[in-house]
Amino acid sequence: MESLETQIAEWRAYVAGAPGVSGHDVAELEDHLRDQIAELSAAGLAADEAFLVAVKRLGDLDSLSREFAREHSGRLWKQLILSDDEERARESGGWVEAVVFAAAAAVAIQIARLAADVPDEEPNWFFRNLGLFVLPFLAGYFAFRRELDVRSWALTAAPFALGALAINLYPWETDSNTEILAGAHLPVVLWFVMAFPYMGGTLRSHERRMDFVRFTGEWFIYYVLIALGGGVLIGLMAAILEPAGADVERIIEWVLPSGAAGAVVVAAWLVESKQRVVENMAPVLGMIFTPLFAVMLAAAAVTYAATGLGDAFDRDLVSVFDALLVVVLALVLYGMSAREPSASPNWMDRIQLVAVVSALVLDVMVLGTMIARIGDLGFTPNRTAALGLNLVLLVNLAGAAWLSVRFLTGRSALHRLERWQTSYLPAFALWAAAVVAVLPLVFTFD
Amino acid sequence: MRIDKDLVAASATPLVLAILADGESYGYAILKRVRELSGGQFEWTDGMLYPLLHRLERLGQVKTQWRTPPEGRRRKYYVITREGRKALAEQQRQWAAVSRALNNVWPGGGLLAAVGEA
Repeated sequence: MESLETQIAEWRAYVAGAPGVSGHDVAELEDHLRDQIAELSAAGLAADEAFLVAVKRLGDLDSLSREFAREHSGRLWKQLILSDDEERARESGGWVEAVVFAAAAAVAIQIARLAADVPDEEPNWFFRNLGLFVLPFLAGYFAFRRELDVRSWALTAAPFALGALAINLYPWETDSNTEILAGAHLPVVLWFVMAFPYMGGTLRSHERRMDFVRFTGEWFIYYVLIALGGGVLIGLMAAILEPAGADVERIIEWVLPSGAAGAVVVAAWLVESKQRVVENMAPVLGMIFTPLFAVMLAAAAVTYAATGLGDAFDRDLVSVFDALLVVVLALVLYGMSAREPSASPNWMDRIQLVAVVSALVLDVMVLGTMIARIGDLGFTPNRTAALGLNLVLLVNLAGAAWLSVRFLTGRSALHRLERWQTSYLPAFALWAAAVVAVLPLVFTFD
Repeated sequence: MRIDKDLVAASATPLVLAILADGESYGYAILKRVRELSGGQFEWTDGMLYPLLHRLERLGQVKTQWRTPPEGRRRKYYVITREGRKALAEQQRQWAAVSRALNNVWPGGGLLAAVGEA
């Protein structure tokens, strides 16, 4: 029996090394293996024979670990690094395509900048089109990486073309509010469009939508890290070259836009290929910031509920509130996407509920004040855009709060909550698209 | 007779849910029960049962618990939930519809008739 225990220990270490298989899975499989060995031994097989047969019956480790990775969407990306020939071939060429697309984005933004003569001139069209200079390359990178067919390439390109047409052919008034709103919402729309190639040319799969949410969060983390590094680099460069008489501002004009554009693709590539690092970092970040935001939101909700929103409320504050609500939603969504789906409710879920309910209270107060103001002063583009965003957020938060309560009281599975969020994603995309395409028409480009 | 792989995959979920509807169980016992019920005609790779069980857990159709029985090892028990029973009922309706349809084109299909009534 000594040798059987050794064999099982070796087997356990081997299985534990497979991507997608967690410690609990190994324990469960080992239990199975031991039952099987016991039964085969009782039927007269020698211990080592029984071991071999039992292992064989469990199935080969590659396909098994792929099944585990497929089921546990949090570990889904590990499929990419499984010992699969097709995937391996792509892995080696991965950074080349990333560099090509990043360089293309860097060149595109530079051409646009020279054409617009930024920063000496600051023409509106340059800022309005900013997303269109960069995000097509990110979408192209994913379309290429996921090996989309011609039809999917066309379906990816069409929204970009439509967005470009709308934003450049609309006859904007001077100092147009709708122009600023459309310019600010277009990158959001394009980001959602990019989900299509990211998800491999489908939009239906809820699991992949969750992957896209996770990707967005991790991309943001990498982008911020790259931006910080870039900031240090530029600061040091300025400090070193300035005394030598170099025109540092000119250099920054060239380096900064290209670096910022190229980093969009590079960050995406890092998310795709360096997943393990972020996977360790992301839950930690979520665990630090979710409670902090929950405390801040709860304090804000209580304060404003006591004092009322009336005096403090102005346009700037609305933007702050909206930004806050979006951040909370992003944090909740990201936390959910990084969560082990089968785990039972824990304290993090409760804290998330506090954050969501506080955000809901704030949102209701903002909405109430906003509707009163619209009643007094009528609709303007800015008020309409803010009202719409708040309504879209309100419905989402209300649904999330309701389903969280049901989950925490054990009346429904976390799956329902995830479904709600992934089903809701198109609502955000559609609202942003409406601000770009429809709102200017309604307000005659004012 | 070996049963086609796709058919086995399609019937795996209702089979597992139905076994759990009879009472809580654990991986190896579920698998033994599947072998009994199918007369050994279902070719299952043992390991594949676990991703399936984990999927049911994620969907809230089963609940799990690690327990150590009086004599034996710590193991993970699966219990069907209300959600799971609903899903099972839905599956039964669908399979009944499938077998009705097949019976209509295969008159006198004795085995299928039995399935349809179950």
